[in-house]
Amino acid sequence: MLGSVLLIGIPILVVTGLVSYASYNPRLGHNDTTPARGVLGFYLFSWITNPSWIYRVSQGTHVILGLVLTPVLLAKLWSVIPRLFAWPPIRSIAYALERASLVLLVGGAVFEFFTGIFNVEYFYPWKFSFYDAHFFGAWAFLVGFTVHVVLKTPRLMAALRSRSLRAELRTGVAETVPEPPEPDGLAPVAPSAPTISRRGLLGVVGGASFTVLALTLGESVDGLRGTALLAPRGRSYGGGPTDFQVNRTAAAAGIRPDVTGDSWRLVLRGPVVHQLSRPELLSLPQHTYRLPIACVEGWSTEQTWSGVRLADLARMAGARAPVSVYVQSLDENGAFGRATLSGYQVSDSRSLLALRVNGVDLSPDHGYPARVIVPAAPGVHNTKWVRQMSFEVD
Amino acid sequence: MERLRRAYGARTAHLLLLAGCFAFAGYVVDRVLQVPYAWMIGVYFVAAAVLHDFVLFPFDALADRLLRRIRLPSAHGAAPPLVNHIRIPALLSGLLFLMFFPLVLGLGERTYRSATGLGTGPYLGRWLLLTAGFFAASLLLYACRLVAARRRGSGKMEARSG
Repeated sequence: MLGSVLLIGIPILVVTGLVSYASYNPRLGHNDTTPARGVLGFYLFSWITNPSWIYRVSQGTHVILGLVLTPVLLAKLWSVIPRLFAWPPIRSIAYALERASLVLLVGGAVFEFFTGIFNVEYFYPWKFSFYDAHFFGAWAFLVGFTVHVVLKTPRLMAALRSRSLRAELRTGVAETVPEPPEPDGLAPVAPSAPTISRRGLLGVVGGASFTVLALTLGESVDGLRGTALLAPRGRSYGGGPTDFQVNRTAAAAGIRPDVTGDSWRLVLRGPVVHQLSRPELLSLPQHTYRLPIACVEGWSTEQTWSGVRLADLARMAGARAPVSVYVQSLDENGAFGRATLSGYQVSDSRSLLALRVNGVDLSPDHGYPARVIVPAAPGVHNTKWVRQMSFEVD
Repeated sequence: MERLRRAYGARTAHLLLLAGCFAFAGYVVDRVLQVPYAWMIGVYFVAAAVLHDFVLFPFDALADRLLRRIRLPSAHGAAPPLVNHIRIPALLSGLLFLMFFPLVLGLGERTYRSATGLGTGPYLGRWLLLTAGFFAASLLLYACRLVAARRRGSGKMEARSG
């Protein structure tokens, strides 16, 4: 039962995880967070801008589903623990190899879930890059998981058929009989007297998952913001038009008011080099769109952005149909102080260099004087405190 | 073929599957070796399995055994067992702690603050309040069941925890 929930849930985590990697357009510029990927990036495609909520939904699902499945994973590991102490540990070569592959499965599962959880909580008790660890760990886990699914699916089907869910849901603890031990089975050989029914166990695990969902979903759904009591993000910044999540503060990025003041210029590079002050940018045609901003860490929100189309800026730099644009921030030390957007992303009429949000100037923490906002792009590619855009043409 | 099968202990397909599995895992390891602190990734990967199997599991099992040993005073034979009414809120609270302890204990305070501009202060209080809420709800439910069981008298044993 727990296994079948994971059998559905884990492939969703895998697919949304791979989608997230693809959304960074890792083949462009310095975008790749795991340059050592080798053939493990075979599925990459140029990232899309439609629908604009695709990254929001996909990455929100990845993170929230991962959190919600954590109790199921722990319960599953708990239920198979009698196997760990099975004796003798080696019965045949086949048996030994199968057990060795469990390191990929169990180590991989716990490693992936907890590196993911710690990352969204900004807790880094390690020196390696989270991106490297979570990406390669996922592939190691995936191969262990696949082998396990292939070997155990007949077993899963037999187990699901052996009991009727409806009958189990009517069985209280008084009538609960432990699973009889089998030669290579999962059931404990000498179980204690039952203190909880199978129905109760499913209820506890389901209830725990639901509790986690209720306490975190609000970071990805605007209307539920106040319920995200344990979600790392989803907290209030005290109301007003710029009350939404910040992923790197101006202070942390070392953005001082003197560099974003009157002396600030946006430099456009292409066949033509152009410099624009903020009033000059504001005098260009302004466009307003409601677009989501969605972080790889799972939180997301939809806001109303106003500014100049990236396509218009490309034209000013003499790049009618650019292949890509390399955007650089005043934040020189951040991991995402630069990003390369594809020509496809630039050409979307909703892709903006935003100057205002919800009717007011961007706040310093949201990227004043100007930031990029591209539909469906991962949050870190919506570069804040933009200083230069270099358009590449064929 | 049959000899191979007997020596190996399973079908040939099993061998092919696992050989493929380890070959692919080997490729992943080769890729990981290209990144900084690769050895540390390996250590954490193996530690993840070991920590669960040999630390978390024995700890939970021991705590549960101790809980079950406590003989709870029950003047009435018909009283429903209390064990799950303690175990389930404890489990929920423990699960939330396991998943959110970096926020609850403020372990990532510096990175959290530089990212968000906020502190992790509120999380400890929230977790404690949730824990208190779980126990209060569970014990309230127990009280209701106890009253119901007493009303029904000592004859029936139907109201057991499920």
